[in-house]
Amino acid sequence: MDLHFGDSKPTGEERAAVDALLGPPASAWEGADDRTDTDLRWARGGREARARRDLLLPGLHAVNDRVGWISEGALDYLCRRLTVPPAEAYGVATFYAMFAVKPRPAKVLHVCTDLACAAHGSQALCASLEERLGAAGAPVAGAVWQPSPCLGLCERAPAALLVQAGAAEGAEATEPPSRPYATAVIAPATAEALVLATAAPEEAPAEPGAAMAVPQAGQPGLTLLGRVGVVDPYSLDDYRAHGGYAALRRAFDIGAAGVIREVTDAGLVGRGGAAFPTGRKWQATASQPAHPHYLVCNADESEPGTFKDRVVMEGDPYSLIESMTIAGYAVGAHHGYLYLRGEYPRALRLLQNAIDRARARGLLGDDILGQGYAFDIEIRRGAGAYICGEETALFNSIEGYRGEPRSKPPFPVEQGLFGKPTAENNVETLINVLPILTGGAQAYAAIGTAQSTGPKLFCVSGNVSRPGIYELPFGATLGELLDLAGTPGEVRAILLGGAAGGFVRPDERDIPLTFEGTRAAGTTLGSGVVLVMDDTVQLPRMLLRIAEFFRDESCGQCVPCRVGTVRQEEALHRIQDRTGAEAAGDIALLREVGRAMKDASICGLGQTAWSAVESAIDRLDVFESRGAK
Amino acid sequence: MTAIPLQPPRRLIEFTLDGQETRVPEGSTLLDACRAAGKDIPTLCEGDTLTPKNACRVCVVEVEGARTLAPACSRRAEAGMDVRTDTERARHSRKIVLELLASSTDLSTTPRAAEWLKEYDAKPARFGPDAARLNEEPKIDNDLYVRDYDKCIQCYKCVDACGEQWQNSFAISVAGRGFDARISTEHDTPLTDSACVYCGNCIEVCPTGALSFKSEFDMREAGTWNEPAQTETTTICAYCGVGCNLTLHVQDNEIVKVTSPHDNPVTHGNLCIKGRFGYQHVQQH
Repeated sequence: MDLHFGDSKPTGEERAAVDALLGPPASAWEGADDRTDTDLRWARGGREARARRDLLLPGLHAVNDRVGWISEGALDYLCRRLTVPPAEAYGVATFYAMFAVKPRPAKVLHVCTDLACAAHGSQALCASLEERLGAAGAPVAGAVWQPSPCLGLCERAPAALLVQAGAAEGAEATEPPSRPYATAVIAPATAEALVLATAAPEEAPAEPGAAMAVPQAGQPGLTLLGRVGVVDPYSLDDYRAHGGYAALRRAFDIGAAGVIREVTDAGLVGRGGAAFPTGRKWQATASQPAHPHYLVCNADESEPGTFKDRVVMEGDPYSLIESMTIAGYAVGAHHGYLYLRGEYPRALRLLQNAIDRARARGLLGDDILGQGYAFDIEIRRGAGAYICGEETALFNSIEGYRGEPRSKPPFPVEQGLFGKPTAENNVETLINVLPILTGGAQAYAAIGTAQSTGPKLFCVSGNVSRPGIYELPFGATLGELLDLAGTPGEVRAILLGGAAGGFVRPDERDIPLTFEGTRAAGTTLGSGVVLVMDDTVQLPRMLLRIAEFFRDESCGQCVPCRVGTVRQEEALHRIQDRTGAEAAGDIALLREVGRAMKDASICGLGQTAWSAVESAIDRLDVFESRGAK
Repeated sequence: MTAIPLQPPRRLIEFTLDGQETRVPEGSTLLDACRAAGKDIPTLCEGDTLTPKNACRVCVVEVEGARTLAPACSRRAEAGMDVRTDTERARHSRKIVLELLASSTDLSTTPRAAEWLKEYDAKPARFGPDAARLNEEPKIDNDLYVRDYDKCIQCYKCVDACGEQWQNSFAISVAGRGFDARISTEHDTPLTDSACVYCGNCIEVCPTGALSFKSEFDMREAGTWNEPAQTETTTICAYCGVGCNLTLHVQDNEIVKVTSPHDNPVTHGNLCIKGRFGYQHVQQH
């Protein structure tokens, strides 16, 4: 590979950011300024240099975190360091919403305009911001604000995330000195609070603890949320004092095959939305002859209305580290990747702390608990791309490519991350392994229904009195959950499963919240989103927001999704204020395009991009089109 | 002499294609099987010299028991499969894909596009006059070829031909996301500032004419491009000892473009800048 570079040079700050990640360049071949005689005789590069491609995304983060955007010089320097063609790196950088390749202020305010926040006045908030901070995307006084897809802070809607680019703590000093890197979560947000936080991000009030998002916190009988709000999320000792690492000891007692047997017998299925049997996935990975095996935790929680994984990671981070260790042991992996949403700064801090402390105590590393098993976890941050929650897109993202889904087959258990057998599980799925091992498969399987076993986390938001994460055994009805959360207004619709899910009517309270129950009712449980909309919410606007979301988040790889999501949004625009026969033509068009997206798209994003709209038309009769057919 | 590469014998896979028992060598795609059976499935992102990205989805077929349709160009035949190519469901998706493409992209130089639109009764105009289009102007930044991305369907073939599948130049990539994604050099710099080596192998694989010789582009603009009047003569490149085949496209006794036979076992349709663009000396009168 003969790379071609332009003449742009990195600034001192950009170079420092990249070197902080990769270390100083070893030779002029890797971007060092001074060319030595040795460099002239001996070319460095080749396979070894290219094998570090997966550091491209962390490298882009390093520059973006430090400077706020990625210049030509910075991208070139990063490419030299990693032997990546600049055109490809540019393609990767422009794939992610959190990166900019044009100059922008160091402070970027992301204001959520997605479903839960829209139900809580995000539109008025944005209008007010426009008055105070200028139009979205227009830099004012060293800051810029922009609307954002769901930030996963739905229980405190409307929400905003402020990121101030700057030097991380302990970073090498540059001249002139950088401002410090800072993030602030402002939720619930008012325009005043956002203006204040934007002026001084470091002084923004601290976020409330994760337990604020768990109305049941501290109640007895909680299995998955039992430690949230009870333990200090920074403290490993506290975690161990509350039953932590008992499951890992049991795992070592019964062996890897025993763990898989327990998980299979417990009937655990994936909680990310697809409900695939976890034991079967682990067995298939463990039995692959190719090595190494990888374990990947999908913490790229970005389905609008979903925030359960964040609450777990912020409230009980060690539980995820322990679960990943057990899963890695079961599938024969020695390296685990935790792919975390880029919009979760607090979860990042807590998880990194948990990993560091666990490693210091021999709970990660070469010889875990003296059992001769080696396992370590690396966090990789996403950068604002819903599609990277698709399992194979996530692999591409980690590997340093554009986060585009791959074709299946081959399946991840055969050829996943770096082309090797990989077990990929959602956060909630993984932490269910702890009660399975500590309490036994039988006791676990006794919870819930015959086909959907165990406890389930539900993300309740929108127009409810007590929004948050609820833990209920599978089989509770929608009505029971709504009663817990309280619905003060006249409920108009409930969105199950997020933007990729479907709407149900308020009179469908008897739907059992199980995989089979929702399927039988013609809807989906998805990731556990239960988003309540009362009669103050304009449903056609919500549908338009969902359509905008899919248009923005489509990776653009396949035609049905790339163009279909645009046509869907256009049609919904046209019928915003129309009903009955006036809307009938566009509804027919939506159906035709929706059907092709569902049938012919490569991945789940395109396949479900029309499902919420379809359910709103068919179940809620939003456009009063039923009689007009 | 024609070299006939001998392949190791392959096991035959038996499956059902449109109700007919079919046998194809192991590893064949459903598209291979369809073509062997004389079935004409539309394709765009598939090419005979590349592994397809299966991004266009115009070749989808129905596989019994599968939740979604399968791209024939990439899905391999499996024993016992029951595949239907002409169901209402498959035809519907193909029709919508054609409509989505034709309503957003200029397909005027895409071979067979008009025929397929007619065959599938596709009506791209039904998305209305305000339907978003790519709206790209041709990029003319060098003397050899033009990139007219208004005609680009993002099939990834040029990216793959420039990158790991053939040329290893990696001058272009897909940048941006969704409907705003475009084929681009780094920072959208002109080709002359990029890693492009002007092999023109991207033009060779482009299925829509988005990439074309400057000579062809200019003649089309001037209205003098007349394909039926052109002759094609395959000869051997005179520049070096490799012996690549060149197909000279000649109109009015002038070479108007150069292609290369895809079935050549050595070059598979690929050339270098000299073979592809260095023909002017032939015409010095």
